[in-house]
Amino acid sequence: MISGAEMMVKCLQEEGVQMTFGYPGAVICPFYDYLSQSEIRHVLVRSEQNAAHEASGYARTSGKAGVCIATSGPGATNLITGLATAYMDSIPLIAITGQVNSELLGRDVFQEADVTGACESFTKHSYLVKNTEDIPRVFKEAFHIATTGRPGPVLIDVPVDTQNRKVKEFIYPDKPRILGYKPRTQGHAIQIKKALEAIAAAKRPVICCGGGVVLAGAREEMVAFAQNSGLPVVSTMMGFGVIPMDSNLYIGMIGSHGKPFANRVMNESDLIILCGARVGDRAVSAPSLLEAHAKIIHIDIDPAEIGKNLSVDVPIVGDIKKVLAELAAQVQKTSCDEWISTVLEYKNSYIPRGEPRDDFVEPRAFVRDLSAMMEEEAILTADVGQNQIWAANNFNVKEGRFLTSGGMGTMGYALPAAIGAKLAKPHRQVVAICGDGSFQMSMCELATLCQEQANVKLIVFCNGRLGMVSEIQDRLYGGRHTATVLQGDPDFVQLVRAYGIRAERVHSNAQAKELAKEMLASDKPFVLVCEVDPATPSI
Amino acid sequence: MKYTLSVLVENQPGVLSKVSALFSRRAFNIDSLSVGVTENKEISRITIVVDGDEHIVEQVEKQLNKLISVVKVKNLTESGPFISCELALIKVNCPAKLRLEIMKIAEMMGARVADVTLNSLTLQLADSHENIETLTSLLRPYGIKESVCTGTVALEKGSGTARKQDA
Repeated sequence: MISGAEMMVKCLQEEGVQMTFGYPGAVICPFYDYLSQSEIRHVLVRSEQNAAHEASGYARTSGKAGVCIATSGPGATNLITGLATAYMDSIPLIAITGQVNSELLGRDVFQEADVTGACESFTKHSYLVKNTEDIPRVFKEAFHIATTGRPGPVLIDVPVDTQNRKVKEFIYPDKPRILGYKPRTQGHAIQIKKALEAIAAAKRPVICCGGGVVLAGAREEMVAFAQNSGLPVVSTMMGFGVIPMDSNLYIGMIGSHGKPFANRVMNESDLIILCGARVGDRAVSAPSLLEAHAKIIHIDIDPAEIGKNLSVDVPIVGDIKKVLAELAAQVQKTSCDEWISTVLEYKNSYIPRGEPRDDFVEPRAFVRDLSAMMEEEAILTADVGQNQIWAANNFNVKEGRFLTSGGMGTMGYALPAAIGAKLAKPHRQVVAICGDGSFQMSMCELATLCQEQANVKLIVFCNGRLGMVSEIQDRLYGGRHTATVLQGDPDFVQLVRAYGIRAERVHSNAQAKELAKEMLASDKPFVLVCEVDPATPSI
Repeated sequence: MKYTLSVLVENQPGVLSKVSALFSRRAFNIDSLSVGVTENKEISRITIVVDGDEHIVEQVEKQLNKLISVVKVKNLTESGPFISCELALIKVNCPAKLRLEIMKIAEMMGARVADVTLNSLTLQLADSHENIETLTSLLRPYGIKESVCTGTVALEKGSGTARKQDA
């Protein structure tokens, strides 16, 4: 005989799970008890939302599904923001939550929350497992659903009696059997032909690289397509770093907080090849304007993204890795030399904003310095707010990654995501950038950092403001800074030191650069607190 | 324009809530939704009437297809002729002297008398939305005490089925 809880752990083993992030509670104890007897590592977080973010950083770096665990009620509801964050950015997660005894469901007992109901619109799929016998099937399906097609979080809610009940034997299915789930991966040959014809006929074509390219692991294919076609590439915030940023093919990041010249290229083009980009409003504020002057080719694994925000001339549903490989193999080198040189002129005549200062740390100039000092394969995580824009616009991704909460814009993402990334790839350099607002949303994770001895570097840009909201207030609300001035903040350096983590405060770019060098060279966690002029704009 | 969608789903707890959550989350308007068993006990059929333009109904179909529990979505309005009907129960004021008059209307509209009392008559009609509206408007002058109508159920005409054409 084998209990449900033991089977849950066996399922994780069958799926090759090596690491989990979570926070226990009464009704998930049976599972935890077996988990502790397995070789699967468990990272105890300091709040459940961060368990999801850490699993997200882990998933994005390892290429495997991230697993996060919480108990019923508040544990489960605390997970929701993390799940919603992963859902918006299509990150494969498995969330396991304990649930009250199934016979008590619906009676509002202690720590009962209808988490599957609450997460309906934030998960790719969810299960409430009332029969112990169903556990192997549910786990098999959940991992399959989370990691295939358009990835996303899957929630498995397991009542405590389901975990405790014993069944005869554990048989893990070879294959999931899901009637209604067969994601199309092969792009339609006729559509690919149409796309090639449109590319050949275009005078001012541009490729727009989105997060889907990163998720599909299609970096090589994208580079080959760009090189073979000679077409310029712009990217969204989720898609940058795919094309080497210092190459002539790469133009820049589009969007309301992107590079003006990259938006100009989109606006002047007559053909836009959207690759795994969902035309979010921060990337394309007025899709109808693009439709008016450009033909659109849209490649996505999720058919529902095609035509959702923008009418499309050539839709291609499929795995972007496969579709790009086919396009790269068949595309002709573009003859639009004039367009290419115009585009490069736009790019090259741009002068990066933000000069080094000696009274404050100019964050944009500092990110450029930092970027130059970081290793080729380094991972940078950015939080949400001005710090995200400073990071995205000035960090040069080489062989590494840039991780941020692009869709949901969840403050507090950077530190836990960095911890997850570091634990997935301990040999890679991992740096997190956040602001003094977002840092305080997840600073409890400094304890996790210590506990796991994770060598994560953290940069906190302090301007005493919720900077991005202040900017909106300056622009639209008569400069009245309602609730955006941070009062009562602690001395972050002292706070961090209380955890036994080294922390330093810097007031100028020269100082910041000097200490960043030291920070990157150290083999321990390090927090660099940068004093930033509150008047520094996002862009 | 109104579109009738036939949606085959896995017959499992929680599926209806996934479908209805989708409609509220994506801000789609539905005229009616009805759910019931099919010839296959593992599959239920949800018939949905959506009000919207072509773009909206395309999104509705795509978003429904994204739900893991949805096996097949068929847009009956776009795929050819189909049969559809609703079931209405209408309880109308009916003193004895008017009974024959109202029963005449019922007969004319193909409605059945489901219940009768000294001062009321409950009619049952399974028919198209339009005919149910006609019956309702014919009965209104007598005073409708209470009425209820199911959502539309529909099947395509001919020997084809929603699932078969998928294979």
